[in-house]
Amino acid sequence: MSLARTSFTHIVVLVALVVAILAAGLGLARAQTDLKPLVDALGTGDFDSTEEAINGLAASGDPRVADILRALEGRELYLRKDDQTVVRSDGKGREPEIFDPLSGASLGTVKKPVLDRISVNNKIRRAVQAAVGTLTLRSPDADVRRSAALAVLKTREPATIPALDSAIAAETDEAIRTLMVGARGAAVLNSDAPDADKLTAIEEVQGLDARDAMQILTQYAGAPGEVGPAAQAAMDDVKFTLDAWSAAQNVWFGVSLGSVLLLAAIGLAITFGVMGVINMAHGEMVMIGAYVTFAVQELIRTSMPGLFDYSLLIALPLAFLVAGAMGVAIERGIIRFLYGRPLETLLATWGLSLILQQLIRSIFGAQNRQVGNPSWMSGSFDIGLMSITWSRLWIVVFAICVFFALMAVLKKTPFGLQTRAVTANRPMASAMGIRTPWIDAMTFGLGSGIAGIAGVALSQIENVSPNLGQGYIIDSFMVVVFGGVGNLWGTLVGALTLGVANKFLEPYAGAVLGKILVLVFIILFIQKRPRGLFALKGRAIEA
Amino acid sequence: MITQFLLGGLDRRVNVVLALILAVAVVVPVLHLALPPDNPFHVPNYAMALFGKYLCYALLALSLDLVWGYCGILSLGHGAFFALGGYAMGMYLMRQIGPRGVYGDPILPDFMVFLNYKELPWFWYGFDMFWFAALMVVLVPGALAFVFGWFAFRSRVTGVYLSIITQAMTYALLLAFFRNDMGLGGNNGLTDFKDILGFPVQAPGTRAALFAATALALALCFWICSAVTRSKLGKVLVAVRDAESRTRFIGYRVENYKLFVWVLSAMMAGVAGALYVPQIGIINPSEFDPANSIEAVIWVAVGGRGTLLGPIVGAILVNFGKTWFTSALPELWLFALGALFVVVTLFLPKGVVGTVRQFWRERSERKAVAVAPIKPNPEPEPAE
Repeated sequence: MSLARTSFTHIVVLVALVVAILAAGLGLARAQTDLKPLVDALGTGDFDSTEEAINGLAASGDPRVADILRALEGRELYLRKDDQTVVRSDGKGREPEIFDPLSGASLGTVKKPVLDRISVNNKIRRAVQAAVGTLTLRSPDADVRRSAALAVLKTREPATIPALDSAIAAETDEAIRTLMVGARGAAVLNSDAPDADKLTAIEEVQGLDARDAMQILTQYAGAPGEVGPAAQAAMDDVKFTLDAWSAAQNVWFGVSLGSVLLLAAIGLAITFGVMGVINMAHGEMVMIGAYVTFAVQELIRTSMPGLFDYSLLIALPLAFLVAGAMGVAIERGIIRFLYGRPLETLLATWGLSLILQQLIRSIFGAQNRQVGNPSWMSGSFDIGLMSITWSRLWIVVFAICVFFALMAVLKKTPFGLQTRAVTANRPMASAMGIRTPWIDAMTFGLGSGIAGIAGVALSQIENVSPNLGQGYIIDSFMVVVFGGVGNLWGTLVGALTLGVANKFLEPYAGAVLGKILVLVFIILFIQKRPRGLFALKGRAIEA
Repeated sequence: MITQFLLGGLDRRVNVVLALILAVAVVVPVLHLALPPDNPFHVPNYAMALFGKYLCYALLALSLDLVWGYCGILSLGHGAFFALGGYAMGMYLMRQIGPRGVYGDPILPDFMVFLNYKELPWFWYGFDMFWFAALMVVLVPGALAFVFGWFAFRSRVTGVYLSIITQAMTYALLLAFFRNDMGLGGNNGLTDFKDILGFPVQAPGTRAALFAATALALALCFWICSAVTRSKLGKVLVAVRDAESRTRFIGYRVENYKLFVWVLSAMMAGVAGALYVPQIGIINPSEFDPANSIEAVIWVAVGGRGTLLGPIVGAILVNFGKTWFTSALPELWLFALGALFVVVTLFLPKGVVGTVRQFWRERSERKAVAVAPIKPNPEPEPAE
């Protein structure tokens, strides 16, 4: 008896188990069979029924759906005409191989005319994106969730609201949640929800990236009821943010251009400003600095590639020395015979610049040379809505460093003291025992050397060609003259002012006209203040 | 009064130069037209254009010398006046094409059709008439020079500052004329000319006439320049060059003298440009390139500034050298030009003509000393 009871119990348990397993198996089979008609429905009806099928698939929450829908969007789904099922194929060849879209199992090959590609229009595409978006909104991978939220935001499909709601509740990443909330707001605005909901939605949308928010809000600015004015007000808010950022971006571009101008002009500020020598070959010193960088990089590339990231640091002192030595040679060879004859100096150095350009052209060729960015100078990063490239940022930093280093040399070293003494009163300095010719040569070398290291920096943002320097010579003179001859602070202010002014004029007047306007402004400014912004005070009547 | 003024510019040396230029104006076209092509003295077609170009450059150099050599204003933007004169002439020549352009529009030049212009921009009106264009050739550069000079001289911008802002001026114009929406052909400029005053520009007769006209213009400008520099006005100009402040303190309105000579010089440069365009057959924004203006300065320096013959000689010499170098040793031309700048400023500050003159003067002085041991007063040297 006990045995029988025991066996009975066993049988019951066994049966129960079998039933449970069967039920589970049946349930699985049912889930599979449930999707099958939906998938087939993708291909059988018109666009509306396709969209319905998409929404049905999305609602199933099955992980395989996203893949199928992407295949639909990628036009890889076909309707098999003989049995009205939807199959997947790349459709290549006369007899393409077909696959079951759900399991991915091969179904052999069929003749092409049997297959009918499921057509897709923009509405379907949007539905697919929204569906895929909602399906991936809860992915464990944060990047997938982010792109899903962006995809949903783009569609603004009201059908995605429930999916978004649950995703928002589960989201832990603050930035992604903001994005989802914004996407929800956009979807609500697009739905026929009551005005009160839409007003909250407008606030939600404002949390988005200003450009996206602007794009969404513009469409509802004219909406009836309370929504329109609210959207308009929100738009004004967002527009203010946008304007502020674009102004900030312009300032940054201006500062960046200004620092380039400063680098190019600061050597000139010494030779022209402090010594009164017009050096038209100044641009060529910049060019030589850039070519030194090129040569250093070539050497590193061929012999020790591991040092590439340090190539600029190696090139800096070399460029300074090469250009500085050139400068000393020019001063000793030509300029010292022409002191007191500034116009002749101008002509002689112009001739020299032609010779140097042609020399570089003969050695390195006339074409542009490629100077690479070290890894720490390439790429960019964002601050708010501004994008800042590392190379520009480093050049700004570098220009400021060069400026203050030069300032320190002139103000704090014995050499600087002697230079200033010679500038102020040459005969008196000479009488005090300063070797003025030596000071002249060294000062000119210093100015040229700084032009050389400017060339290292410019090689990162400009094409390195024999004409590199020529493009800067007029701008550099403008900066020095505008800022005030003989005053380094004037050069700094002049360079930044001209840089920022140029970039602010550009959106209104175009790049070329903006530049012309700046040139005309400087010409007029010089009429008003012939000695520049920060004029040195003196008693001389003759220039 | 004007005749008296002009006659005052004539002396034996000026007469010789004038006669020489006029002889060139007659002889070269005759050699071109009258002799058969196989004659060794025949001047071929390309040479006519080339010599014509040299004479235009000589005129540009002459105008530059008037301000630099006699008034101490080193202009690095004279190419701008030259190009503006050229554009005025180019606009006339464009209007003369009429319906013969590629697109066959009776009014609009080809580039305007290409750029979808519906009607002629306002500043193109009047350029279908030669007299109007000829007037603009002198008025447009003159007006620009007047405005620029009025501001610059009044606020006493001098020396290198002035040089640099003249360079900025031509640079700004270069950028402006490169823009397509200037309505002046943008990058490509104006070209494909057909007629001038009803004569085809390519015909040998027209070329000869243009050459003669250029030589005549050069002679006339040379005459005007020598009249100006020999008058009392010219003496004041030299005084301004050598000691501007002192001249001002004596009571001369320095800026007015400078403005007059500056505008006159700009107009001459404009005429040079206007004669240049039909002979070369194109005018484009690269004529505004600051490098061109500064090259003109070296012609003057090579020939000798402060001598009116110098710039003519210098322009022809340097450009002949350029033609020769760019065909024989093209990669060495920039070395040669650059070296010319350096060598002339260092070793030949008076230029060719100035140095030759000094040599002759010293020789005759030595002779005079040999004849009579009383030392004559040397002419005062111009200060730098």
